[in-house]
Amino acid sequence: MPFDKGYSDLLNDAMAGRANRRQVLRRAAVLGLSLPAIGALLAACGGDDDEATSTTSTGGETATEPAATSEPESSPTESEAESSPTESEAEASPTEGEAEASPTESEAAGSPTGSGEMSIDVAPEVANADAASQYSGATLTYYGDGVGIGNQLDETLAKAFTDATGIQITVIPRPEDSTETYATYQRAFEAKSGEIDVMMVDVIWPGAFAPHLADLTDAFSDMTSEWYESIVENNTIDGKLIGAPWFGDFGILYYRTDLLEQYGFDGPPATWDELEEQCKTIMEGEQANNPNFWGFVFQGKAYEGLTCDALEWIASSGGGSIIENGEVTLDNDNAKAILAKAGGWIGTIAPTGVTGYQEEDARNAFQGGNAAFMRNWPYAYAQGNDEGSAVKDKFDVGPLPAGDGGESVGTLGGWQLAVSTYSKNQEAAIEFVKYMVSADVVKWRAVVATFVPLIKSVAEDPDVIANQPYLENLADVTRVTRPSRETGENYNQVSTEFFQGVNEILTGGNADDIVPTIAQRIERLLG
Amino acid sequence: MSHATVETAKVVERRKRSALGREQTRTAWLLLLPTLAVVAVVALIPLAQTIYLSFTNDRLASAQPTEWIGLKNYRFLLEDTVFRNSIVTTVKFAVITLVFELLLGLIIALVVNSSFKGRGFTRAAMLIPWAIPTVVSARMWAWMYNDIYGVFNDLLQRLHIIDRNIAWIAEPRYSLAAICAVDIWKTTPFVALLLLAGLQVIPSDVYEAATVDGANRIQQFFRITLPLLRPAILVTLIFRTLDALRVFDVFYVMFGARRDTQTMAIYAQNNIVAFSDTGYGSAIAVAIFLIIGIFVVAYVTTLNVEAS
Repeated sequence: MPFDKGYSDLLNDAMAGRANRRQVLRRAAVLGLSLPAIGALLAACGGDDDEATSTTSTGGETATEPAATSEPESSPTESEAESSPTESEAEASPTEGEAEASPTESEAAGSPTGSGEMSIDVAPEVANADAASQYSGATLTYYGDGVGIGNQLDETLAKAFTDATGIQITVIPRPEDSTETYATYQRAFEAKSGEIDVMMVDVIWPGAFAPHLADLTDAFSDMTSEWYESIVENNTIDGKLIGAPWFGDFGILYYRTDLLEQYGFDGPPATWDELEEQCKTIMEGEQANNPNFWGFVFQGKAYEGLTCDALEWIASSGGGSIIENGEVTLDNDNAKAILAKAGGWIGTIAPTGVTGYQEEDARNAFQGGNAAFMRNWPYAYAQGNDEGSAVKDKFDVGPLPAGDGGESVGTLGGWQLAVSTYSKNQEAAIEFVKYMVSADVVKWRAVVATFVPLIKSVAEDPDVIANQPYLENLADVTRVTRPSRETGENYNQVSTEFFQGVNEILTGGNADDIVPTIAQRIERLLG
Repeated sequence: MSHATVETAKVVERRKRSALGREQTRTAWLLLLPTLAVVAVVALIPLAQTIYLSFTNDRLASAQPTEWIGLKNYRFLLEDTVFRNSIVTTVKFAVITLVFELLLGLIIALVVNSSFKGRGFTRAAMLIPWAIPTVVSARMWAWMYNDIYGVFNDLLQRLHIIDRNIAWIAEPRYSLAAICAVDIWKTTPFVALLLLAGLQVIPSDVYEAATVDGANRIQQFFRITLPLLRPAILVTLIFRTLDALRVFDVFYVMFGARRDTQTMAIYAQNNIVAFSDTGYGSAIAVAIFLIIGIFVVAYVTTLNVEAS
């Protein structure tokens, strides 16, 4: 997930109480496009009171919500689900919830009934219910996804788990901003507090939090080979698996298929040089109509997102991945060259404002039809194809460009589930995590809400690919990890030095001077 | 000679009244006790703790034990160019916003102090920016400053003042001005309110006398209004300087952790929260405390608060 999904999620949050999920999702895209409409939107959501009550109260209810009148095909399902609420998950045919939640899926599948055996309101069966039931009566606190759909899925899953096992779970939405989440956990760990039992852990935190997280190696020994190696390696500190991979993320290139065709390009750019050329050509043509049209948008603000973007530039140009085998490798000619090149994009192919962009700013520019290319995480795919998006059906995604002699890479992001060592119910907590990261749940989350699976067999599942077609194109892309394992509890500081330096280059600094300075500062931190 | 006698007389008198005096003192302390306890719990203890931590290498949630490292944090702080830059940024921001807020606030206060129809409404309406939470107004302004669909770029383009959109927040040469505008917009009403309170305690007969003596409006302003407003201005200056030097939220929302726009408070927060470096972060916090202290002492002495 992006580090700060920002505005639209805040608004989702504000609206979630009053509008149901489908409406929120449908409108999320509109939010980015026409801000003046926000007031009208909120007012519109406020009007949906009768439907609203059903979603807010669902939490974990297994029955589907009352069908909207416009979707007759859902009514039989509804009654079916209600008649057998506990075991309806597999049989439940597509409800309106699913079809609405992921419009891309139904489009890709050709018909609303094509891929669906899953409903967003019906959690998968709890396979480990028997083993977990011995801890019946235990209570757990789970710091799950923040606002929006992630929180809704958490509630549904927790409810299903409680029903099946008798283990009570309090779902607390973590702060949406991952830095805030980090600080929250830190305070709990500092106080050796048992208040948090299960928690979401960002891909860059295992190094820093390892001393406070329970060893999951034995509990998940049969899963280890199912996950992608890079993520298992990332979560293994001193030989202990301290987080179960839950869902992933990686940087990808969004490109406008209509514009590539119009300006006579065969396909998306394979190298950064090609990207520049294509941007220039397209901008020359498009700026005649839209003076605010730009070639390429990405995350250029001085924050963690820029670390991800810049790592991709450098690693794809043969410049290494900042720190390798304990050595700071940043200060090399390839890294300097590509960072200088990126600095040259500002004001030529990328808007000057990009040095203040986060994920949502880039998505707004791209989705509003103001950019030909965008670097972002997969989450923007579903929203880009929502109703009201100016680029609906006009874009595709692929691997990011590479430098000369380099290969295309994507920075690895995503979240793990971990158990606190200070938890008083560690066994019960581990059972809950087992359920949450099980193939069934991961597939369900991928289908109903496009969370990228980290279990290989799930990623190759036809139902999942129908929903997230880009997974197939991007299967071979190298995923680079940020140097969080090498830096442990100093990671945030190292990353800050790095993104601040890169941001200086983007705002006009000289890469040849700044890169060695960054490298020195990082060396000092590690030394 | 006389001095000594007076002293002796005082002592004698104090002894006479000692029983009553002691009782009064006791009552005074008794009444002050709850306040002192609260102040100690919410201010003094945390302050002492921060000062203590600034001499250690404490890290939040770290496996390493906390050790006393003496002045090492402070020695590093003296050489820390990032912190030095953050002082410059913060002081620049404080000076610019203070000057504008005082000028504009004074004008607004004078206007709403004169009697005209709809004065009550105007007084209430002017407070709206102050009533909006800073994070919300910063977000709002960030949208208005947006380089692609921001309202400022749109207006300026329509008026043919600029020929291409400007990234107000992202471009270093505009960012300080952009953020100062947000703070001035937000805080001027507060300054106006404080100054208005000061204006209202100036008795009107002084102005009448001045009018009789033939002083014009401008003379009245500089000879009567400004001098009598001095206590209010001093209070405003202290309030605003403290706030401006501790500024965090606007910068955090608009710029994140950009190096050239870091304020002292952001640098401290970054060290404590993001880097978990409580020891060094505390040293920065103590430094901020001292810097603000210098400003307050300077105000109080130069503006001579006693005489006012």
